[in-house]
Amino acid sequence: MIAEKKISKTLLDVEQIRNDFPILHQLVNKKPLIYLDNAATSQKPLTVINAINNYYTQYNSNIHRGAHHLAHLATEAYENARKTVAQHINAAEKEVNFVRGTTEAINLVAATYGRKFITKGDEIIISALEHHSNIVPWQMLCEEKGALLKVIPITDDGEIIFEEYLKLLNEKTKIVSVPYISNALGTINPVKEIIAAAHKAGAIVFIDAAQALPHQKVDVKELDCDFWGFSGHKVFAATGIGILYGKESLLEQMPPYMGGGEMIKNVTFEKTTYNELPYKFEAGTPNIEGGISLGAALNYINNIGLDKISAYEHELLEYGTEKLLEIDELKIIGRAKNKSSVLSFLVGDILPYDLGVLLNEQGIAIRTGHHCCQPLMNRLGIEGTCRASLAFYNTFEELDELVKGIKKAVTILK
Amino acid sequence: MSKPISEIENELAEEFDLFDDQMDKYEYIIDLGKKLPPLAPQYLQDDFLVKGCQSKVWLHAYIEGDRIFFEADSNSSITKGIIAILVRVFSGQKPSEIINNPLAFIDRIQLRSHLSSQRSNGLTAMIQRMKTYATAFA
Repeated sequence: MIAEKKISKTLLDVEQIRNDFPILHQLVNKKPLIYLDNAATSQKPLTVINAINNYYTQYNSNIHRGAHHLAHLATEAYENARKTVAQHINAAEKEVNFVRGTTEAINLVAATYGRKFITKGDEIIISALEHHSNIVPWQMLCEEKGALLKVIPITDDGEIIFEEYLKLLNEKTKIVSVPYISNALGTINPVKEIIAAAHKAGAIVFIDAAQALPHQKVDVKELDCDFWGFSGHKVFAATGIGILYGKESLLEQMPPYMGGGEMIKNVTFEKTTYNELPYKFEAGTPNIEGGISLGAALNYINNIGLDKISAYEHELLEYGTEKLLEIDELKIIGRAKNKSSVLSFLVGDILPYDLGVLLNEQGIAIRTGHHCCQPLMNRLGIEGTCRASLAFYNTFEELDELVKGIKKAVTILK
Repeated sequence: MSKPISEIENELAEEFDLFDDQMDKYEYIIDLGKKLPPLAPQYLQDDFLVKGCQSKVWLHAYIEGDRIFFEADSNSSITKGIIAILVRVFSGQKPSEIINNPLAFIDRIQLRSHLSSQRSNGLTAMIQRMKTYATAFA
């Protein structure tokens, strides 16, 4: 392991990177903060914080249509952010729609594409790994239309059973919506194969990429996915901003989601014509500073290099897994072969909440509970897990502290 | 006959003063939970669950003479310790004393700063349920 640590030093200068994140340098309960709740939300580098600060101190203004200087600056910054996102995921700018987050992206597609194209007896496929946000909108749509929601089963290790997925696909399948990476277990799904199989059956695919963006390179064109959603706050940007990517041809066919300003071309009391993409789905004044922060965050991680980030996080994951398994009665939940930097675990019959509270006392932030995946927890026969989710600013030493902290908590709880 | 609430509060404050380290304090809270008498199975039902806790807390109350008695359990070791403290303070008291108690002991043993800062432990919900029982029996 020592050798591995040396390799990772050459991969990323984590000490330097940590200097970019002011929030990490504080004491919690008199101990240095160890932040391992990155799958819930990521911390923000100074460059993102400064981008928001600069917007409000230098050029706050409503975007589009303004004739004045500040409006030009704000519009340019916001549209530059869209360009950055488009380049980052390999999409056209008009295919990149600003939304509030992944949840809104899914709801938007369910409420527009879904309402228009789903009819009685159609089938929508999701997986057993799903976050509630990729269950409920489809359930609501199915209830409204008399469609059927089908669920791809998983193995005990938390991997989608691909053969079962293929069996679910048929001519009635209209939408497949799955996560790129499971938030609760870290499983990386074979999304390219999932998409190809769905297309063969004539279905379109939504990829919930919320957990993928912070950890790896992504390319919507290479995957050939139809819709794609992610949240800014998980990828080092502000909360309340996210992206819905959709293929232009599909977005064009969809009715608008919300009505209001920005999304119109011409309004009379008799008839309104809608604006072009991407503005058609962006009613009202948007989260301007959020959009700008997302551009800054993506530039930040691209400067570091996502290949390096992925490689380093993989080392962290392997190291953390090995160290955690040294703890008596500790069981890793989610043992997929292809896995992102999530360590979900249980120790004996200790309630995750109790462990979480005692780790917090030691300055260590993890998440406990069902992680908004109650059906997944039911499938695994558990009520919840402890989840340590890693980012590239986490260190091997922090994982050592986590293990020490768990051991200390366990002696008290046993 | 139970001791007056003020006397129990003083005892608790003295016990908790012994600990400088938060982890030690938690260990003591967990031990108090372990000593809580078991709750009869018929009360380990959803009807007796206190809502607002991340962990499960079952609370049952009954009246004997002019006194109200509490019994409780939890699936969380920490929460069980917290409810054990509340049971120790309130069980065997007159309903009016529970309703009117300003809960000073929670601050004195620094329960509030360290525990109720985590809303998820449901300290407020537990106290509320005990006061609701007291009001119903008053």
